[in-house]
Amino acid sequence: MSNHLKNLKLKIWRQDGPNTAGRFQDYVIDEISDEASFLEMLDVLNERLISDDELPVVFDHDCREGICGTCSLMINGQAHGPERRTATCQLHMRKFKSGDEIVIEPWRASAFPIIKDLMVDRSAFDRIIESGGFITAPTGGAPDANLIPIPKPVADAAMDSAECIGCGACVAACPNGAANLFTAAKINHLNVLPQGQAERYKRVEAMVETMDEYFGSCTNHGECQAACPKEISIDVIALMNKDYRKSKVKNRKELSRG
Amino acid sequence: MTITLDSKIPSGPVADAWSTYKSDVKLVAPGNKRKFKVIVVGTGLAGASAAATLAELGYQVDAFTFHDTPRRAHSIAAQGGINAAKNYQGDGDSVYRLFYDTIKGGDFRAREGNVHRLAEVSVNIIDQMVAQGVPFAREYGGLLDNRSFGGAQVSRTFYARGQTGQQLLLGAYQQLARQIGLGNVRLFNRTELVDVVTVEGRCAGIVTRDLMTGDVVSHAAHAVVMATGGYGNVFFLSTNAMACNVTAAWRAHRKGALFANPCYTQIHPTCIPQSDPTQSKLTLMSESLRNDGRVWVPKNPDENRPAAEIPEDERDYILERLYPSYGNLAPRDISSRAAKRSVDSGRGVGPLKNGVYLDFSDAINRLGRHVVAERYGNLFEMYERIAGENPYDMPMRIYPASHYTMGGLWVDYELQTTIPGLYAAGEANFSDHGANRLGASALMQGLADGYFVLPYTIGNYLAPMLNKPIPGTDHPAFKEAEQAARQRFQGYLGIKGTRSPDFFHREVGRIIWDYCGMERTQQGLEKALSELPALYEEFRKDLRVTGDGTSLNQTLEKAGRVDDFFQLGMLMCRDALEREESCGGHFRAEHQTDEGEALRDDDKFAHVAAWEWTGEPTQSVRHTEELTFEAVHLATRSYK
Amino acid sequence: MAQTITKRGPVSGTAVARVSRKRKPFLLDLYGTAVGKKYAMAISGIALIGFVVFHMIGNLKMYMGASDLNQYAHFLEKLLYPILPEKVMLWILRGGLIAMLLLHLHAAYTLTVLNRRARPVKYQSERDYQVASFASRSMRLTGIVVLLFVTWHLLDLTFGAGSINTYTGSKDAEGLKDVYGAVVFSLERVPVAIFYVLANIMLGTHLFHGVWSLFQSLGWNNPRFNKWRTSAATGISTLVVVGNVSFPIAVLAGIVG
Repeated sequence: MSNHLKNLKLKIWRQDGPNTAGRFQDYVIDEISDEASFLEMLDVLNERLISDDELPVVFDHDCREGICGTCSLMINGQAHGPERRTATCQLHMRKFKSGDEIVIEPWRASAFPIIKDLMVDRSAFDRIIESGGFITAPTGGAPDANLIPIPKPVADAAMDSAECIGCGACVAACPNGAANLFTAAKINHLNVLPQGQAERYKRVEAMVETMDEYFGSCTNHGECQAACPKEISIDVIALMNKDYRKSKVKNRKELSRG
Repeated sequence: MTITLDSKIPSGPVADAWSTYKSDVKLVAPGNKRKFKVIVVGTGLAGASAAATLAELGYQVDAFTFHDTPRRAHSIAAQGGINAAKNYQGDGDSVYRLFYDTIKGGDFRAREGNVHRLAEVSVNIIDQMVAQGVPFAREYGGLLDNRSFGGAQVSRTFYARGQTGQQLLLGAYQQLARQIGLGNVRLFNRTELVDVVTVEGRCAGIVTRDLMTGDVVSHAAHAVVMATGGYGNVFFLSTNAMACNVTAAWRAHRKGALFANPCYTQIHPTCIPQSDPTQSKLTLMSESLRNDGRVWVPKNPDENRPAAEIPEDERDYILERLYPSYGNLAPRDISSRAAKRSVDSGRGVGPLKNGVYLDFSDAINRLGRHVVAERYGNLFEMYERIAGENPYDMPMRIYPASHYTMGGLWVDYELQTTIPGLYAAGEANFSDHGANRLGASALMQGLADGYFVLPYTIGNYLAPMLNKPIPGTDHPAFKEAEQAARQRFQGYLGIKGTRSPDFFHREVGRIIWDYCGMERTQQGLEKALSELPALYEEFRKDLRVTGDGTSLNQTLEKAGRVDDFFQLGMLMCRDALEREESCGGHFRAEHQTDEGEALRDDDKFAHVAAWEWTGEPTQSVRHTEELTFEAVHLATRSYK
Repeated sequence: MAQTITKRGPVSGTAVARVSRKRKPFLLDLYGTAVGKKYAMAISGIALIGFVVFHMIGNLKMYMGASDLNQYAHFLEKLLYPILPEKVMLWILRGGLIAMLLLHLHAAYTLTVLNRRARPVKYQSERDYQVASFASRSMRLTGIVVLLFVTWHLLDLTFGAGSINTYTGSKDAEGLKDVYGAVVFSLERVPVAIFYVLANIMLGTHLFHGVWSLFQSLGWNNPRFNKWRTSAATGISTLVVVGNVSFPIAVLAGIVG
């Protein structure tokens, strides 16, 4: 049965544009059902702001099923809020209590410039993928899908990494603003699969070096793993580091010899 | 205006049509391809795969998405799987059987030629996606695993945990990203289509609005592909993502592209019921859950014990009782209506009595908790996060919700709309699913269109245009369209009424859901058609959009989308009213058998209804394309 | 930091330019990225950990009496003697350590600058860290304290500079340098002993994160052995701290002296 939360005090970061100064603004939500999701609570606030002829709070969101990776938000100092393995859109108000103060801030990193209020630009992630996060397999030339058996544990390991939704929580949570978890997950997904071997070292080299142009460095805090809505393990970062080192010494003409 | 809807399916047996087409199609020489510019709007499965493949072939491609990155497209949310007639399980599958199942699942309202081609290329899709590194589920021996899905008696569904759509989209996105990196595709992100431009009857390009700056800009091209998804958000509460909308398709429709079968909408049986009036969307639980979950309601409407305490003989396993041979795997429309009737009869479960149980206790007893966790663990977690109940201990509560729209822009065999040079792919077109889509077929269709159909058919259109000039963005038609778009958005800002776009969206959604949802009646549809124009009038007088049009303004974006939903909603109701039969997702209460099953009228309605825009939302003109069935026999769909 | 978004073009061809990245010799190439710098941190870290551990073990000679410790110090000066002149091998080792230290410092400095640049505007509300430990977040602080301590420690016991330790350099009865006496002289001073203890706790904290972290940085990750990585970190840092801290306590308690 649904209960209602009363008197929530929101402190929300408002910023008009990329080049303007922002500030926290206080709002009060008098009453909200605990069945509502966090973003629905912001919807309710925005409806009220529009009816008061004010500007609604801008935030990124789309599928609200925790899979598209569009939503973000630093909630009370945690990327995607207090619930583990959960993107902001799947966070529900039953995690909060009446009278709670909730501080909402955009994700901060120089590679994620603020567009407006709580919305940031995460296209640096795309630059990383464009530099090598793919298997070159033009349409039409693929062999039969069952031609190369892939051991189940390998397929599972690839899938564990491939689950990454590209939300950027790892960067937001990292005290250094590093994107190693994202990049490593993307690399590991393809690098463990037999199909990904041909470009394995070229891929890791290009992606790590592109990442380097935008983000900070990993100092192994582990905050990224804790913030990741898919709980991708920082083990992938170690695997990336290993492949990156190898990429510098591998004689690529002899790759086929393993 | 007389419009003849020519499907352009090559003559001869339907099984040979695609190879006949491919042998006869006009080609563009490799060196000439770069002389052509193709615009792809939308970067979901169909859009990303089309843009990547066209760029690989050598065309100049401009891709547009209103998201921050192509990988956000809503294809990502598909959970269950993708069908392909691989017959890896050796259980009797074949191209013909997939073709037949899809035609039958669509209640004999889809075009045979397109569906057969879809079944043929389905096998290539799996090969392609595996080559790209999609981590499909594997058996211990390393070969691909399959599961069964609603509406099929073979296991032909390939899957990647409960995130098949995500993995396929990421695969297609990676191919697109590669082409962007190589400079073959120019990507315009956070850019929304606001108009389609035609010059002398051909599609000349599009007009877009930059969501970050409000700039309205024209883009000219030789051909334009619409891969802009479906319009399920017209219901407000649906399983679609918040930003899904009909605007791109609708703007094309207003410029002369016929809109086919808008009333064919699919209601998905397994969604989490609404729990609260502020709810913004409904969440789908994969249909694959029905492989191991059993749907039931208490026999007694006044039942108020917890599910586990209700004895077996006081439970009604509705699908197993009504459809013994398919049981819990009956197709979506049929399962949905069974759930609706149970709830309507007062036997609903949950605090609001608005759902039915989907119970895994038998599966847990039979297979063990860890096997169930392996198959559905992430779905169970998702359910628990949303509903606050643990499905290992308590049965899930589910209820149908709007999920997919079979209707869309009318296209011929080449996926070309009635505007030459304008193509529609994926959910945005109407072509492959008839009146109902089978599970795990949407991903298949999106990728088939983008990877294996459009790259052939667009060449056929472009080849004769070689070295002929096309209208540039300085053409008056572009300027007019830009001007109209600017005025439209200024208009929303200028109304300064009292209600937000969301308020109107909720209201339209409620009317459409009540009268044009799972069950439709003449009376209800007429009521909707009288209420909608009045509400639309109010929208145009009382809308309030705060802020300005020169910076990022989500309320303004929403206003434009809701406007188009109004117009579409009216067309949906008209289409539903005119189609005096029940078929697939379109269920008219007046047309049902004694047992309450859909009753088709093949004599009068074995056709596609394609609507022509005339300037007034309620005055659109209905055209028809007769459907002929040669390879399959029209039969009453039975899943008993 | 912020981009201006008045007029936006398409996003395109961004990866192409990077292909032309200039290839440098292997090590420099590797060191050119943050991942490579972490390799440098880890490898120099291993060298420094090795030193710290052996330094502690050698100092345990203290418990065997003055003569043993002084002999040991003398032995270090005569490493590889007579192949090399006295102290040369010691200076080669010291040179290696100094190089490793400088590499460690350079990498730490450049990475810190990189990290600051990656988030020029800090979070304006309080962060609620989930797993980042005190050790991991205070690496810079503990590192600097340890560096200062090492400097002081060298002046105190190795060089006996100025008035820091007037005893350093004195000879014992056998005519060897009386290292033992210098240690006792130094650690009998209570403030010095306290500084010594605190600095070693800082060192232990630094080592705890450093040891665990180097496995990640070097890509030594195997699910079978991963659980040993924290054990190794705890073990090594505890060993060093307990060993080192025992010296001032032993001196003040009169066990040594």
